[in-house]
Amino acid sequence: MLLSCYVFPHQSARVLELHLLSSPSFLHHGDTHVMDNTDIHCVPNTLMIVGLASMGINYFASRICQDALDPGRFPRWKTFLKPYFGCSVFFTTLMLISVILSYAMKGSLETSLKIGLKNGIRFYKDTDTPGRCFQKQTIDHLQMEFQCCGNNDYKDWFEVQWISNRYLDFSSKEVKDCIKSNVDGRYLVDGVPFSCCNPSSPRPCIQYKITNNTAHYNYDHQTEELNIFIRGCREALVNYYMGLMNTIGAVVLSVFLLQSSVLASVRLLQTSMEAVAGQENVEIETEGYLLEKGVKETFMEYVDPVLKLLLLNQVTPPEAKPEAGATGTTTTTS
Amino acid sequence: MAVLPIKFTKTKRDKLAQVLWVLNWISVVTGIILFSLGIFLKVEINKRQDLMAESQLQSVPNMLIAVGLIACVINFLGGKICYDCVDTNKFLRWKLVMLPYIICTFFFTLSVLVGALMCYSMHGQLEEALTLGLRDAMRYYKDTDTPGRCFLKRTVDQLQIQFQCCGNEGYRDWFQIQWVSNRYLDMSQREVVDRLRSNVEGKYLMDGVPFSCCNVNSPRPCIQYQITNNSAHFNYDFHTEELNLWMKGCRQALRDYYTNIMHSVGLTVLIIWLFELSVLTGVRYLQTSLENVLRQGDPECESDGWLLENSFVETARSNFNIIKHLGKFNQINISSNGDPNIDKPPTAHYGPDNVPPKPLPMAS
Repeated sequence: MLLSCYVFPHQSARVLELHLLSSPSFLHHGDTHVMDNTDIHCVPNTLMIVGLASMGINYFASRICQDALDPGRFPRWKTFLKPYFGCSVFFTTLMLISVILSYAMKGSLETSLKIGLKNGIRFYKDTDTPGRCFQKQTIDHLQMEFQCCGNNDYKDWFEVQWISNRYLDFSSKEVKDCIKSNVDGRYLVDGVPFSCCNPSSPRPCIQYKITNNTAHYNYDHQTEELNIFIRGCREALVNYYMGLMNTIGAVVLSVFLLQSSVLASVRLLQTSMEAVAGQENVEIETEGYLLEKGVKETFMEYVDPVLKLLLLNQVTPPEAKPEAGATGTTTTTS
Repeated sequence: MAVLPIKFTKTKRDKLAQVLWVLNWISVVTGIILFSLGIFLKVEINKRQDLMAESQLQSVPNMLIAVGLIACVINFLGGKICYDCVDTNKFLRWKLVMLPYIICTFFFTLSVLVGALMCYSMHGQLEEALTLGLRDAMRYYKDTDTPGRCFLKRTVDQLQIQFQCCGNEGYRDWFQIQWVSNRYLDMSQREVVDRLRSNVEGKYLMDGVPFSCCNVNSPRPCIQYQITNNSAHFNYDFHTEELNLWMKGCRQALRDYYTNIMHSVGLTVLIIWLFELSVLTGVRYLQTSLENVLRQGDPECESDGWLLENSFVETARSNFNIIKHLGKFNQINISSNGDPNIDKPPTAHYGPDNVPPKPLPMAS
């Protein structure tokens, strides 16, 4: 048991250090532009905090274990241990909560991606507007890297004007007709940007007049699957993040189990050492336990001091009430 | 007349042996590094094998892999020898092996140097391989139905997207080859037939490039067809337009990429060579000082260690003579009836006065 106390804390610290390094890469730097709100950031932030806290917890656990070998040195940890266990249990449950959160946030992730991508496609042409000038570059990179096209699929590009007015020749009849035929005066084409092109296609990419079979030789747009990417970018991104979360979730769960076993071992060590304290013969057999009283009573024992701290400025003397009636006591009810 | 002699006390010898033991184990690790560098280089070259013509490029990673493996073996053996050298009794075990071991290590260190120099001298071969390979890849771009070439289109497209380059030396290379397959050309249209007829070899050439040449940073949608025709596009001047397509040629992009890798690998191998050289020098000093200890007979005494017993010239001459006589081992020296002890002056040493003792009277 004592030997494991040496090995486990160091292992845990290492594993969590690695974890710390992996969580910032959780969110692709460029992809944050295509996400609408950033609630999802709470998951990696929690993981980073838990990782840092675990390094501290395990460092102290190793020091405690080292001192436990000498019954003379162990008693100096006495007052430290109760808050230490409180904090450790708190952070360990936080680890578990973060894993559950990462799966629960899938819906929120999907919604924010949907809105973010829609905006990205709408502002694709605005390369001269400050604040939106990199949308084109971001969307192009995204479509090429994740091999996807559009929001739900490539047809999203047909509903948006993605060619800027600066590059349209308004004196040409074709352009004028196209704009007139549209209610909002937008120039819509059945074409997609070049970043939707699939490199695995056997023929050169057909990105304009996609639905027009006669415009291209030997082409049927119903059966053509290799020409452009058929998958939508929202689906591609959600799959990518879910895959990432599965891996990270598995790692965090195993670290959680490791951490819990370390804490349980240190607790058993502490309780058995306390029974030895003050005895003349340090070689006797002692019993160790996890909790002295039941779970609820122990929980109330920990929470009471915290509550007392919060209720510090609450004044409730019943005999002072008639005096304070006119002035009004400053009571803060929690 | 020894080369760089150093005096070694017993403690100095022991310390040298211990330090060399540690260094040898570090050298095993550097041998593993050499091996993995060779593997990395091999993988990188194989990844783009389609784009490189046949050449001797594979010899560099193969050399590094072989040298790395030999380094591990030699340094492992060296570690064992140095560990045993602290104790003079155990050294006797290795006495006969040490000199051949040092000679082998010397030649091995030379090959590490050769490997490092090869990394730097690959330029010319690389350039040639890339030029020919890219030219062929572009020529077969359209042959997606020919077995053996059907993946060249995807390879070239992915290359141009990843390295942000277009064509061999520039995007104009695409104007000189037919990259649209005949399967997708409508031969019934007059325009197509005219274009085919206007070309000597009957190729369908146009001033257009594949989509993978498109620059992501361009503010306007990509113009890939009729690039040189300013009137075909609104507000477009192809002379001043730089952001539309990638301007760099793929040969230059790939050459820069591989040159960077080669230089980093070459530098690492050079540093490892210097390290191996210092280990070799240490082992040589250890060997010569221990042999001198054995010659003097007293394990605790001070001894000399050197790199070479005589000067360079004399050592070279004596080695040359040895090699010459190796060929004559079955020839007999007939000048003195084959007896090598005739006509030799007496070399016995009779004490400090060098006076031969009087012969003792024989007992009758």
